[in-house]
Amino acid sequence: MSRALLILFAALLVCLSVSIFGENFIASRYAYYYDILITIGINVILAASLNLVNGYTGQFSLGHAGFMAVGAYTSASWSNHLDPYIVGWLGGAGSPFATNVAFLISMLLAGILAGVAGFAVGVPSLRVKGDYLAIVTLGFGEIIRVTILNTDFVGASRGLSVAGSYTNLFWTYGSVLVCVYVVLGLVHSTYGRGFLTVRDDEVAAEAMGINTTKYKVMAFVVASFFAGIAGALYAHFKAFLTPEGFNFFRSVDVVVFVILGGMGSTIGVVLAAVMLTILPEVLRALSHTQFVPPAYQGLLENRLILYSLLLIILMLTRPQGLFGDPGAIRKRFTRSGGN
Amino acid sequence: MDRLLEIVQQLVNGVSLGSIYALIALGYTMVYGVLRFINFAHGDIYMLGAYSGFLLAPFFSHFFRFGEFDTFTPQNTLFILSGAGLIMVLSMAICAVIGVLIERIAYRPLRQRPRLNVLITAIGVSLFLQNITQYRLGADPKAFPQLIPVHVVEGLGNLTILTSQLAIIVATILLLFFLRLIVMRTKMGMAMRALSLNPTACSLMGVNNDVVISFTFALGSALAAAAGILVSMDSPSINPLMGNLPGIKAFVAAVLGGIGNIPGAALGGLIIGILETLVVAIGFPQWRDGIAFAVLIVILLFKPTGLLGKPEREKV
Repeated sequence: MSRALLILFAALLVCLSVSIFGENFIASRYAYYYDILITIGINVILAASLNLVNGYTGQFSLGHAGFMAVGAYTSASWSNHLDPYIVGWLGGAGSPFATNVAFLISMLLAGILAGVAGFAVGVPSLRVKGDYLAIVTLGFGEIIRVTILNTDFVGASRGLSVAGSYTNLFWTYGSVLVCVYVVLGLVHSTYGRGFLTVRDDEVAAEAMGINTTKYKVMAFVVASFFAGIAGALYAHFKAFLTPEGFNFFRSVDVVVFVILGGMGSTIGVVLAAVMLTILPEVLRALSHTQFVPPAYQGLLENRLILYSLLLIILMLTRPQGLFGDPGAIRKRFTRSGGN
Repeated sequence: MDRLLEIVQQLVNGVSLGSIYALIALGYTMVYGVLRFINFAHGDIYMLGAYSGFLLAPFFSHFFRFGEFDTFTPQNTLFILSGAGLIMVLSMAICAVIGVLIERIAYRPLRQRPRLNVLITAIGVSLFLQNITQYRLGADPKAFPQLIPVHVVEGLGNLTILTSQLAIIVATILLLFFLRLIVMRTKMGMAMRALSLNPTACSLMGVNNDVVISFTFALGSALAAAAGILVSMDSPSINPLMGNLPGIKAFVAAVLGGIGNIPGAALGGLIIGILETLVVAIGFPQWRDGIAFAVLIVILLFKPTGLLGKPEREKV
């Protein structure tokens, strides 16, 4: 067993024990912080997975919320309709084993379906590049949202309430660990070299006989899978889903995490997701203190003003992001020759 | 006969909606022509156009008596139109300045950087414009002042055309005419065309590229502002996020017509507008926002250069 795998299992064990012994205590005593903790986990999964596409493979996707929506709605409908049978068969509603296994099944299913959606979207759209790809993925994200909005089975515009709030610290941070492990593992494997060559010079990669479409689609599918997992966690955490929760701005949030962290730096992206999840909360708390005049409260509470300024200033001054590798970025961001 | 009337009616509705998309799409396509990048914030200029009209109208409402006329009569037509026209021209001027400023502050420093950086900046600018408007003026929809009386145009039999729809179509035709004049008959227009052919050669010929790019932004933003005012005459409720969907649909229109191609943008806008109206007319109103994306995906897969665009070869 490799060292990385050992670390993964050790970390998973830590998560499990924290979850078993501390979950109820934190959730009941510090409900607000518990809430933020879970949200951080979900955001980290989204950011780390999108980084595989936007960062390592150099494709600009703006539709991550769409895949998250697929996962969330899949896992929610599965739990709503089939959980009673599964839980009953495994040992009844009181058994933690039964509910957790049921959740694992619905989570995996959510990931797989989101992955399938990623494949269906990726194969056609990855034929276009750059800004076009951004708009096409945005379009697919919107189509997914409009489809949910018009599907009565999942509640359409009324929203969908989810049976069973299964999401806990173990599942959230377990998924975070697995996601980061898979992303790092992929990037440092042969496939990872494939992703990086596609990013660094697609034409040269093709000339070397690398099937660039294969690598792009693969990155897209893996990222969608984890977006689906994040969606499942979100569904069983919020217990109520609306199509509006997965609109364009949700995708932008994730893109901001990736850009702030530095495209192609997993640790940076994870840190950025953590920071940007906490920051709005800090600002909200700050805006209600005496230091901030009432006129500026709204300015501090609106995270999108902050995000947008952050995007503009980062691009003007530090396009590689806070933790990105300037060298790698310079290589990628200088155009050779004309155009 | 009824069937024919219905078709004509839907076509008129589609053309008036499509005119709006066409006006916005022109800005996308012109900016793409000179800078080769998608100005994501363009839809928000359209929103700002509507808001400038909303903020300007109170200053002139006493003189032009906005909202006091119920119908067009031969006596008041010229008066009403000059009032609405003044608001429109002022909003266009304001938005032209905003467009130039955005280019100067956010896009120009990034001109030598890859397109992706500029795209991200443009998303940032778009979010910023929306949210700062939301913060300053409130997220709730505002009632746009009635610049022209909206009623059914008389003397068309069973055809129901509103004065506002007529205004949209006529104003769009006029603006397109002026745009063509500027692009084809003036030195600046010639410089724009030269710049979109080859920036380096263009600057070697003594053209100041920066000025031309600023002018292009001004022109595109002014057209988007006009679209914002026109649409608010027809449906007088404006909100800070109103530019999102029309912006993206207009972008689709620009791609459909062949991005970088000015007549193509106008054609694409009309097609998207008519398609959208048809989707609603045949009974799928809830899918109207999806059709533009479906068109985009189909067009990018089968004819990425658009209807009128020329193929661009990738240089290695």
